[in-house]
Amino acid sequence: MIKKRLGLLAYILFVLLPIYWLIIMSFKTNEEILGSLTLWPANFTFDNYITIFTDPSWYMGYVNSITYVALNMVITLLVALPAAYAFSRYKFIGDKHLFFWLLSNRMAPPAVFLLPFFQLYSSVGLFDTHLAVALAHCLFSIPLAVWILEGFMSGVPKEIDETAYIDGYSFGHFFIKIFIPMIRSGIGVTAFFSFMFSWVELLLARTLTSVDAKPISAIMTRTVSASGIDWGLLAAAGVLTIIPGVLVIWFVRNHVAKGFALGRV
Amino acid sequence: MNKVQNNKAWWLILPMFALVAFSAIIPLMTVVNYSVQDIFDQNTAYFVGVEWYQEVLRNERLHDSLLRQFIFSFSILAIEIPLGILVALMMPKTAGWKTSLTLILLALPLLIPWNVVGTIWQVFARGDIGLFGWAMNALGFEYNYTANAIDAWLTVVLMDVWHWTPLVALLCYSGLRAIPDAYYQAAKIDRASRWAVFRYIQFPRLKAVLIIAVLLRFMDSFMIYTEPFVLTGGGPGNATTFLSQTLTQMAIGQFDLGPAAAFSLIYFLIVLLVSWLFFTSLSLTDKDQLKQGSASS
Repeated sequence: MIKKRLGLLAYILFVLLPIYWLIIMSFKTNEEILGSLTLWPANFTFDNYITIFTDPSWYMGYVNSITYVALNMVITLLVALPAAYAFSRYKFIGDKHLFFWLLSNRMAPPAVFLLPFFQLYSSVGLFDTHLAVALAHCLFSIPLAVWILEGFMSGVPKEIDETAYIDGYSFGHFFIKIFIPMIRSGIGVTAFFSFMFSWVELLLARTLTSVDAKPISAIMTRTVSASGIDWGLLAAAGVLTIIPGVLVIWFVRNHVAKGFALGRV
Repeated sequence: MNKVQNNKAWWLILPMFALVAFSAIIPLMTVVNYSVQDIFDQNTAYFVGVEWYQEVLRNERLHDSLLRQFIFSFSILAIEIPLGILVALMMPKTAGWKTSLTLILLALPLLIPWNVVGTIWQVFARGDIGLFGWAMNALGFEYNYTANAIDAWLTVVLMDVWHWTPLVALLCYSGLRAIPDAYYQAAKIDRASRWAVFRYIQFPRLKAVLIIAVLLRFMDSFMIYTEPFVLTGGGPGNATTFLSQTLTQMAIGQFDLGPAAAFSLIYFLIVLLVSWLFFTSLSLTDKDQLKQGSASS
C-alpha cells in the first residue's frame, strides 16, 4: 500500500515539476531567470502578467481563442447529439460505413488539410474569422463527440424511448425533455473533449487566422525578438493558457475517467 | 442493444454529415486534384498522372522522416502503455476528494495547449535556465538537447511521455473501476497472488480500453507536429523532424504543391491502414466484452 502511494506520488511529482517550473518562472524577472537557477522567485513580480492584461494585442488572443473554442463546442454538440442518437438506436443504409468514414476524419493528420482549408475558407470569405477555425476543428471534434455520445446513449435502455412514445411524446419533446437530461454527464464530457481538442490545437488555428481571430498560441511566438526570448512573459502567457483547462476539468471531474474511455466502460 | 431498421434515421445524421462533408470532402478533393497536376500559377496546370507519387516514394528525405516517425511512435507506445497501466493500478480505489484531486492533477498535461507543452519543456530542459537540464549537467551527463541528436530524441520522447501517459492512465483507471468488487473477493478467497489478480481479472477487462489507448496514441503520435516544432524545431539537423513537419515544410515552405499533396494522401493512407487494423480488433473485443458483461450482470 505504502509502495503504491509512493509510486503515485513520484509520478505526480514528475507531472507537476515542469508545470511548477513554468509557474515560478512567470513570477521572476528576466534578469533572475537568466542570471541564476532559483527554486523560488527572489523578487516576486507580477510585471509579466500586468503586461499581458494591459496590452490588447495580448489579451485579445485569449478572447479569440475562447470565442472559437466556444463556437466549436456549440456546433459540435448541436449536430453530434441527433447523429449519435441515430447511431445508437437505429440501423440504416450505410450506417457502419458512415461511422468508419467519420472516424477516419479523426485520423487525418491536420497537416494534410492545412492548405486546402486555407483555400476553401478564403474562397467562401471565412478566412481570419472565428467561425473558420471552429468549423475546421469540427472536422476533428465531431467524430470524437459522436463516438463518446453514442457510448453514453447506448447505456440508456431503449424501453425508455418506447414508453415515452406510447405516452404520446413527440420525438422532439422526448429528446429535449427526457433524453438529454438522462445523458447530461455524457454531454458534459463531450463538451469537455471538444473544448480540450480545440483549445490545445495550434497548427490549423494559426494557419486560418491572420489578425482578427489570431489565437493566443500564435501570439505567444511574439516573445521571440531580436534581443532574445522574453522568458518571463512567455511563461506568464503559458500559465494563463493552463487555467481555462483546469476550470473546465473541475466541472466534469467525476465523469472524466469514463469520458476518456469514450463512454464505453 | 437490438437496433431497429429505420432509414429515416438519416434525417438525424444529415446536419452532421453536411458539416463534416463540407470540411472533409472538398479539401480532400483539392488534395487529390493537386496530387495529379503540375501547377505553375492560378491558370496554368498540367496533368502529370502518378508522377508526383513516384517522386515522393523515391524521396530519401521522406523515407528518413517516415522511419523516424515509426521509431518515435513505437517507442512512445512501448513506454506509455505499460507506464499508464502501472499508474492506473496505483490510483486509489475509493471515490473521494483525494481521488478527484489525483485525477485532475493527472489530466493536467492533457489540457495544456501543445505549443505550451513545447515551451514548458524547452524551458525545463535547458541547461542554463531549466531545472531538468541543469540537474542532468550537475549529475555529470553532457546533456544539451539543442546540439546533440540523441539528447534531442530523449527530450522529445520524455516530453511525449509526460504529455500523454495520463491519457493511458485515465483510460485504464476507468477500465479498472468497471470491475465488480465480487471478482476481487473471489480472488481473495482463492488466495490468488497479486500477479494472478492482474493477469486473470484486471488485464482481460483492460483489453478494450487498451486498444482505444493504443489507437489514440498511435494516431496522435503519428501526427505530432507542434511539440517537437517548438522544442527543437526539428533539429539538430533533421534528427527530430517528423512527418507532419516535413509535409508542412514542403507545402508551405517550398510550396511544392504536387508532391506535398501526393505525400499527404500517402500519409493519410498509412494512418488509416494501421488504424483500421486496430479498429477491427477493437470492435471484435467490444463484442466479447458485451457478451461477458451480459453474462456477469
